[in-house]
Amino acid sequence: MIRLTDIHKSFGPVRANRGASLDVAAGEIHALVGENGAGKSTLMRILSGMFPSDSGTIEVNSKDVTGWHTADAIRAGVGMVHQHFMLVPTLTVTENVTLGAELTRGIQLDRARAHRDVQALVDRTGLKVPVEQRVSELTVGEAQRVEILKTLYRGARVLILDEPTAVLSPPEVNELWRVLRRLREEGGTIVLITHKLDEVMAISDTITAMRQGQTVGRLETSRTSPAEIARLMVGRDVQLAGRAEGKAVSVGSRNGSGLDVRELTVASSRRKNAVDQVSFSIAAGEILGIAGVEGNGQTELIEAIAGLRPISSGSVLLAGRDITRVSVRQRGDLGLSHIPEDRHERGLVLEYSVADNLILGQQHRFTKHWTLDQRRIASHAEGLIRQYDVRPSDPALPARALSGGNQQKIVIAREMGGGGVREFQVLLAAQPTRGVDVGAIEFIHAQLRAARAAGKAILLVSADLNEVLALSDRIAVMYGGKIVTVMSGSEATAEKLGPHMTGAAA
Amino acid sequence: MIIAFLAQTLRIAMPYLFASAGGVASERAGLIALTLEGYMLMAAFCAAIGSYFAGSAWTGVFAGIAGGVATALLYGVCSIRYRANQVVVGIAINLLAIGLTRFFLRLTFDSSSNSPRVGGFIETGTGFGALARNPLVWLGVLALPAVGWLLYRTPFGLRVRAVGEHPEAALSVGVPVQRVRWFAVALSGALAGLGGAYLALDQHQFTDQMTAGRGFIALAATIFGRWDPPRVALACVLFAAAETLQIQLQGAQLVPSQFVEMIPYVLTIIALAGVVARAVPPAALGKVNE
Amino acid sequence: MKTLKLEEALLPPVVALLIALVVGDLLILSFGQSPAAVYRMLLEGTWGNAYGLGQVLYKATTLTFTGLSVALALRAGLFNIGAESQLAAGGFAAALVGLALPAGLPALLVLPLYVAAAGAAGGLVGVVPGALKARFGAHEVITTIMLNFIVLALLNYLISTRFKVHDTLHTAEIKSGAVPRLADFASAFHGSAANVVLVLALIVVALSWWFLFRTRGGFELRAVGLQPHAAEYAGVHVGRVWWTSMALAGAIAGIGGLNYVLGYKRYYEEGFSAGAGFLGIAVALVGRSHPAGIVIAAILFATLSQGGLAVNALVPKQMVDVLQAVVIISMATAVPEIRRALLALRPAPSVKATAATGEAAT
Repeated sequence: MIRLTDIHKSFGPVRANRGASLDVAAGEIHALVGENGAGKSTLMRILSGMFPSDSGTIEVNSKDVTGWHTADAIRAGVGMVHQHFMLVPTLTVTENVTLGAELTRGIQLDRARAHRDVQALVDRTGLKVPVEQRVSELTVGEAQRVEILKTLYRGARVLILDEPTAVLSPPEVNELWRVLRRLREEGGTIVLITHKLDEVMAISDTITAMRQGQTVGRLETSRTSPAEIARLMVGRDVQLAGRAEGKAVSVGSRNGSGLDVRELTVASSRRKNAVDQVSFSIAAGEILGIAGVEGNGQTELIEAIAGLRPISSGSVLLAGRDITRVSVRQRGDLGLSHIPEDRHERGLVLEYSVADNLILGQQHRFTKHWTLDQRRIASHAEGLIRQYDVRPSDPALPARALSGGNQQKIVIAREMGGGGVREFQVLLAAQPTRGVDVGAIEFIHAQLRAARAAGKAILLVSADLNEVLALSDRIAVMYGGKIVTVMSGSEATAEKLGPHMTGAAA
Repeated sequence: MIIAFLAQTLRIAMPYLFASAGGVASERAGLIALTLEGYMLMAAFCAAIGSYFAGSAWTGVFAGIAGGVATALLYGVCSIRYRANQVVVGIAINLLAIGLTRFFLRLTFDSSSNSPRVGGFIETGTGFGALARNPLVWLGVLALPAVGWLLYRTPFGLRVRAVGEHPEAALSVGVPVQRVRWFAVALSGALAGLGGAYLALDQHQFTDQMTAGRGFIALAATIFGRWDPPRVALACVLFAAAETLQIQLQGAQLVPSQFVEMIPYVLTIIALAGVVARAVPPAALGKVNE
Repeated sequence: MKTLKLEEALLPPVVALLIALVVGDLLILSFGQSPAAVYRMLLEGTWGNAYGLGQVLYKATTLTFTGLSVALALRAGLFNIGAESQLAAGGFAAALVGLALPAGLPALLVLPLYVAAAGAAGGLVGVVPGALKARFGAHEVITTIMLNFIVLALLNYLISTRFKVHDTLHTAEIKSGAVPRLADFASAFHGSAANVVLVLALIVVALSWWFLFRTRGGFELRAVGLQPHAAEYAGVHVGRVWWTSMALAGAIAGIGGLNYVLGYKRYYEEGFSAGAGFLGIAVALVGRSHPAGIVIAAILFATLSQGGLAVNALVPKQMVDVLQAVVIISMATAVPEIRRALLALRPAPSVKATAATGEAAT
């Protein structure tokens, strides 16, 4: 029913698709799997008409539709639900759903009929949303439902979903599966882009695996296993969900050389607090992992501890010293390091050279009479580049010329390396391996474990539950801005943590 | 007395009403409207030329619209097609308008300051009677309501609002984002062009830099009115009323003219600083990414 | 610290000038003149004789100050459209100082006083939009434009009611500290306005370069302009950088006022700053916001300006206004377009897609 053959697509120097292909039969739920950067989203955006491929063909229902645009795709019943929502915040649900396919009476909009039609669709599919509310006031789960409504409103028979569960809690995920199965029963076809193997096994009928822009396998779900899929995705055998290394469970020992967070509250733009009376301690030589679905306050928590977000009440202590009102720079001087979750936004100035990025946050230490000491900056850079094997190794290159993994290495070298300039005591690591290739992931994990062995206190926040389970001595779950449970790393499993991540075990 | 005051206020408000309608159209679609001044100036010149050589005010009007639209399309080429920085291009287009009108003023009429007299719609009189006989006045009064209707009651308007807030979202549902921007910018050129035509035909000549910052006052009204047609209209009338007041009180020397001049600009800064309900522009204003 | 490839830096100005050349040809031909003849006359009237050269240097001095002002703000990620009013305010403050000083003091002694006054006045005008942005998020494009009108109206009020010399629109002549003209050193420059403030301009250029690329303050300022979130993460107070860089930009533009008030007419005159703000934007653009580039661009635009006067007999000097606008438009359009073209030409690496193009590579 859908066939993509030998698709090539480059964005400047980046080759996102290198001869990728896809085969989906009508009426099935098809999983498109691969790691970050494998080219799945790009391939699907080409299918949905967002941009054309450089070469290759697309066939839908045996018709060659290569190079078609979104409007054609929508008319042919192919709709895509994006990972980052494409909703206009200032418009209502109805307006967002009908945008581009507006109902008119004469030359004017027929608002009444639009309302009726959208409400009918909501009732029919069970995708509950308040249709006259502005999208900016919806929850994340509701917003995703609007995205699906958009495609269904236009008569989509083929639904492409890009990592739909990244922002959902487990009950919302089950709700989504219910909707997808219902659509399949009605004869719809679904392509699910994901990198989560448990989802693939739970919902899909068939699987296409991609790696580095190419298609590397096509499987039937009932006849395969997560290990086999993982092998295809990565190209070698992979350790799935490793355990935390055997270490004695420390139950929040306050020996004063780690991080203490006491009843921390951070406000948010919505009515609730983003972080609500959170307390925990991390001892020296310990990794505390925060598990939780993204959007439950983890980002705000880390930013508040780092000094990038104002604190409403509560306090933060670093090695026994109160840093609640202390500036970002001073926190760094006192030994706080921060690997930010978005290296492009926060972690690097891409236009600056590697050497300049390596002193970011510490530039005052390289200053003599207002002037920057270029020689010291250069030798500092050379040392760290060598130690962390950053490639290419030229310190004068702009950071944007490096790959994601090497860019992350710069951040890590800077935050953990010290280079004789300063030693850190506490590390905040937010999504430390996001968008990084597998080799670099193992390197980064090794760095974190080495830091723990050297007596540092580490707060790890990651959307990858496996990473949290593999590295943490203790695991705390955040839900709705609160810490709802703390478990030791050796006891914790995905099944035990799941209910807490949804608030079901309150 | 009151009648004369209101009549003069309306007369002064005309260019603001036209140009700010263009400002709303442009900015709601995400295109910064620093160019209103340039559109008006070019249109004023074209209107003068059209009326002079064809001997008809209506020819002047259409020439003015054409001049405004042409300038707007140039802005569109740079900002939509080439995605250049809208602030820089906007300022440059205003400078270009000044330069071109001066150059062609020399070329056509061999003067550095003004054209010869051109016919307008109203030869004598400045009261309401005269205004009512000027078709442009009726168009001007309807300009902002028309843009409001367009924005909130038509599919095109819905698309404009989407494009100005979240163009990617619009693109993802098949809205031809670039085409919407082109139409919006052309419309703003036409509306501001009408404002320029009004100026030239009302003053019966083209003078060097005759717009004298009116385009910026119109932009101030657009911002002060929070890009919402009814409030923008109110802002235009408010600014015009202050000007009229100052002119009528000139003898009394109550407030120096320079301070009255400042009113629109001070009010706009206050609005942006958000002392009372901060003015938040359309989210995608100034950004044309794909 | 090479952040811009050479071709990315130099191609756009070249393209822009070529386009301006073509447009210039069209305008000249429409007036029935020969482009070659006009261009020759332009060069002769500017670089071909000492008076012309002097005028070019004089105008380039003012443009260097306003260009630096715009460029500094640009480096911090801000648009300073207010250079004209900052320039005027600086000149006015200098004129007031000049009226308050006793007569006969040596220029060298009082020069720092003038610089301080002009800088403070310009800085005051500049800091307001910066602070409004830092505190309220008010967009500086609009606030600087609005403030231009406000400040110029205010100065007009002060001049016409209090400070003007009867029947003119300028203040009385300053009593001390007038700076010598170039003509005082080399009689060939006789009649031209070029003066020693030119040296001050070059000093400010050198200081700007040192500040931007060699100091910690410049490092942090440029980081704010390139990636404000990363700068904040690096412990920089983004809001503080905003208002301090706007104050600095305003101060530099204000000091530019000395060119007219100390070196040329020796009084403040209404309208002396006209156009210098917008041309400053052009200079900053063509000069790629780099101090050295700005000097070259300032000389270029000053040549055009003076050249227009020189060819006025053949072609209206307003042609130059058109050409200057064309250069700005071409620059603004060429820079992103050339960057895109160069990016597409670069060979694709065989490594898989990275986070370099975030949205695409998943």
